[in-house]
Amino acid sequence: MSAALPPPVSFDELVARPARWLSGEGPHADLVLSSRIRLARNLRSVPFTHRARDEQLQGVLMSVSGAAQRASSFTGSLMLRMADLGTLDRQVLVERHLVSHELGDGARPRGIVVAPEERLSLMINEEDHLRLQALVPGFQLAEAWSVADSADDELDQSLDFAFSEEIGYLTACPTNAGTGLRASVLVHLPALVLLDEIQRVLKSIMQVGLNVRGLYGEHSEVMGNLFQISNQTTLGRSERDSIEILERVTRQIIETEEKARERMMRDARVQIEDKVWRAYGTLRHCRTIHSREVINLCSAVRLGVALGLPGLCPLRVLNELLVLTQPAHLQRAHGDELTPAERNVHRAQLVRERLAAAEREGGPGTS
Amino acid sequence: MLCQICGKNPATVHFTEIHDNKMSEIHVCERCAEEKGLHASSKKQQFEIADLLVKMVDDMTTTEEERVGSVACPRCGLLYSGFKETGRLGCAECYTAFQFQLRPLLRRIHGDTRHRGKRPAGEGEGASRFRQIQRLHDELQRAVEREEFERAAVLRDEIRRLEEETRASTEGAP
Repeated sequence: MSAALPPPVSFDELVARPARWLSGEGPHADLVLSSRIRLARNLRSVPFTHRARDEQLQGVLMSVSGAAQRASSFTGSLMLRMADLGTLDRQVLVERHLVSHELGDGARPRGIVVAPEERLSLMINEEDHLRLQALVPGFQLAEAWSVADSADDELDQSLDFAFSEEIGYLTACPTNAGTGLRASVLVHLPALVLLDEIQRVLKSIMQVGLNVRGLYGEHSEVMGNLFQISNQTTLGRSERDSIEILERVTRQIIETEEKARERMMRDARVQIEDKVWRAYGTLRHCRTIHSREVINLCSAVRLGVALGLPGLCPLRVLNELLVLTQPAHLQRAHGDELTPAERNVHRAQLVRERLAAAEREGGPGTS
Repeated sequence: MLCQICGKNPATVHFTEIHDNKMSEIHVCERCAEEKGLHASSKKQQFEIADLLVKMVDDMTTTEEERVGSVACPRCGLLYSGFKETGRLGCAECYTAFQFQLRPLLRRIHGDTRHRGKRPAGEGEGASRFRQIQRLHDELQRAVEREEFERAAVLRDEIRRLEEETRASTEGAP
């Protein structure tokens, strides 16, 4: 074993620090919030999670977290066992996009390894034994792939992955077999929605074999004009080819959205500015607000920032609100459970405070 | 606008769902949203993939189905009929045990049945060169993202050289 690892951050510290992918940085960050790569892997000698006994999963948990400890990609990581976390803390991880709903409510031996700034994470004993995830801000899929690929190489040195010459990496669900890759981008397309062109665009995305989902992955609804676009197939194409197709399509989507924004500003500048500023005003002064309304109003403000309207807040603040205003985060910050009505009051306060702080820090023109 | 469920309270919760490639908008009041569990995770749909798989294999006749359904994986004991129910295989060995049933299924899902990507380090000859080329390609892509075009040109030449080498060594093989 190499030099001593820096002490891992605690769960409290993890929650207190904003994830890197929310930083609002990276290419096309005003349109593409984040780029993500997920790889599914299984250990050859153990049945897939849903068919394995608890003792076997315990063994997987031990050997996979041991392998992560030896990998430099995971230096300074926090390791958590789901069993040690309360319902609220598990939900916090779901809201941070670190854990799937499946892992979030499980009583079985499951865990997660989270690298600093949440750039890289590893779910253990989810649908597959390993689900490796790289999550970076902006439109930089190649960067995310490089992070995930190196971590996968390192894990591969100490783990025997289920792999066949013909089919590739073997996964519990045949829809992931082959590369086990899910590459995705989270894009913000308000102009295409406003101009009613989104159906056509989504249809063409689906026609080229890509998938469109909402903010929280599979089967989640679309909120705040945020769409998650990902590859659908994992056999017959290399990782690089799948990523390139997604990149190409995303570039086209960016272009289409930008054109729609230009058109919108040319034809209805006052109306758009009015919509943006009313949204900002509501967020800045609300006294009770639902999380969905926050997400939708943030979408309008995000559009305003992207259009260069002066005096709004940085993208980072909007991105962070997306996560911090979710129910589990609010309740954890409060230190106790809250009823939906109480949450709405706490949420309104948090949003007001964050925007006020951004106004004090940056003043007009920060974006 | 009034809530589409109770029709009494004003609709303050609006969302769009994508289902079967169609988008539909739903407008409801807060209380109904809470009651109906209309939030980011609707778990009831989690088995959609399984349903799809079941539909795919359901094209067979009953006798065929019985025969195929009773095929078992020698390692984990999963029956093919069990796979049909959940859409999940039991272990790595299931891919061999059910290969004749899985092949058409994989083709329908992915349009292909052959892996063309990354492989574990220990698997097969030429793997290390393959990985090296792959790594350079990734670096090239990142260089282009960062607009470091001089570096990109160097990387491209290096990739060409390695690909030439690979071609020469496979053609030269007996």
